[in-house]
Amino acid sequence: MTRPDVVVTGLGATTPLGGDVASTWDAMVAGRSGVSALTQEWAAELPVRIAAQLAVEPSEVLDRVKLRRLDRSEAIAIVAARQAWADAGLADSGLDPERLAVSVGSGIGGATTLLAQDDILEASGPRRVSPHTVPMLMPNGPAAWVGLELGAKAGVHSVASACATGAEAIALGLDIIRSGRADVVVAGGTEAVIHPLPIAGFASMRAMSTRNDEPEKASRPWDKGRDGFVLGEGAGVVVLERADHAAARGARVYARLAGAGITSDAYDIVQPHNEGEGAIRAISKAIADADVAKRDIVHVNAHATSTPIGDMLEIGALHKALGDHPVLAATKSMTGHLLGAAGALESIATILAIRDGVVPPTINLDDPDEDLTLDVAAHKARPMEIPAALNNAFGFGGHNVALVFARA
Amino acid sequence: MTRDEITAGLAEILEEVAGVNPDDVAEGKSFTDDLDVDSLSMVEVVVAAEEKFGVKIPDNEVQNLKTVGDAVSYIEAQS
Repeated sequence: MTRPDVVVTGLGATTPLGGDVASTWDAMVAGRSGVSALTQEWAAELPVRIAAQLAVEPSEVLDRVKLRRLDRSEAIAIVAARQAWADAGLADSGLDPERLAVSVGSGIGGATTLLAQDDILEASGPRRVSPHTVPMLMPNGPAAWVGLELGAKAGVHSVASACATGAEAIALGLDIIRSGRADVVVAGGTEAVIHPLPIAGFASMRAMSTRNDEPEKASRPWDKGRDGFVLGEGAGVVVLERADHAAARGARVYARLAGAGITSDAYDIVQPHNEGEGAIRAISKAIADADVAKRDIVHVNAHATSTPIGDMLEIGALHKALGDHPVLAATKSMTGHLLGAAGALESIATILAIRDGVVPPTINLDDPDEDLTLDVAAHKARPMEIPAALNNAFGFGGHNVALVFARA
Repeated sequence: MTRDEITAGLAEILEEVAGVNPDDVAEGKSFTDDLDVDSLSMVEVVVAAEEKFGVKIPDNEVQNLKTVGDAVSYIEAQS
C-alpha cells in the first residue's frame, strides 16, 4: 500500500500578536513583539513580571455562558479550531464525522481552573466548587471540546509533551491519516497559564527572563544577552487532510506535511541532552520520513526559546542533521514561549513562510552569540524561495519533535 | 416572598448560570425539557438558589424539582 500524502488545508490561531492567523502573521513578518508588562496586582511580588498575553480575549469571541464551563486553554482551543475549520471550508463538505479526528494538546492544562477552584474550596467549602471543575481541568479537555464543536467521531487525542506538545499533536495527526484511521485531523496545541504559580515555578527553575523593565526586549533567542524564556499564551490549530481527499473537494492547500520525527532523550527530566543527541535524531528522522532533499529545506523555524543552553544546542543539532545552509527564525522572539501551543503556532509560521516565500524576522538579535554559526533573518523578514522548511519543538521530559513541511 | 418574586429570583440565576432568557421562565416550565438546563448547570442553579433564598436544597430533593413551579414551592415552604 502506498503511503498517502497529507496536506494542510486550514489554519487557526489566537496569539499574543493577534486574534487570528492573518493578524498574527502580519505582526510576525513586521517584527512586532507581543510581550508586555504584567500589571496585575498578583504580579507585583514575582521575580518575573512580563509575559506575552493574548491580543484578543476569548470573551470577545465566545459567549459568556459557554465560557463559564471552559478553562481558558479550552476556550482558546475552540477559538483557533473554529477558525481553522472555517478556513478549510469543511463545514458543509459532507465529511463523514467518523472520518474526522482531533489531536489537540496542552503542556500544562487547566492549572488556572484548579487553582481558582482550590481558592473557592478553601474560602467557601466543597459545595461551592463548580460542577464544571473536572471537565475544565482535565488534560483532554481542549481536545474533547474541539471534538464536540466539530462533531469529530474518529477519535479525540490529547498529546502531552510539555513544550513539544503542539508539534507532537500535529505529528500524531499525520500518523492517523497515514494509518487510514481518518481523512481529516484537526491538530494543534493550546496553553493559558499566565498565573503566579506556574510563573513562580518556572522562575524558581531560573528558566525565565527577568528583563522586567524591557518587556519587548526580553525574548532574545541566540543573543548574548538572553536570560531565559518569556511565557506566552495562545492556541494554534491546523487542519490536516489526506491529499486526495482535499483534491477531490477542490480545497485550497497551504503546504504538504511531508514528514515527522519524534525522539526522547532518556537523559534528564529537564535538561536537554548535552550534545543535542535526541534533537539530532528527531531532525534526521523527520527529513528521512519526509523524503525531501536536505538542500530543499532552506528554512528552519527553530525551537529557540531564549535560554542560555538550549538555544545553542539546537544550532549544533541543525549543523549535524541538516547542514549549514538553512535560514533560521526564532519567532518566540515576538510571541514569547507558548509552551504546549508553541509547536503548533510555529508550524503555522513555517507553513506561511513557505506559502509567502519569506523568513520571518528574529527580533532582539542585537549581539549574536559567537556560537551562532547559522544564518538568521535578524530584525527584518527575508524574502526567499522556500521549497521546504523544518519546525523544531523540544520539551521538558526530553521530548524532541521535528516536522518537515513542503510546498504542495 | 411571593411566588412571583421567587420566580423572578430563579430567572436571574438561570440567566447567569445557563443563559436562559428571563422571559421564558415561568412556573410551568421544565428545567431540562423547556429551558435546556443540563445536569451540571442544575447543580449551579441549586447552589445559587440556596445562597439567594437562604434555604437548603438537599441533593435527594433536587430530582423532584422538575419545573420552575416545583422549585418555587420548595423554596416557599422552606423560607
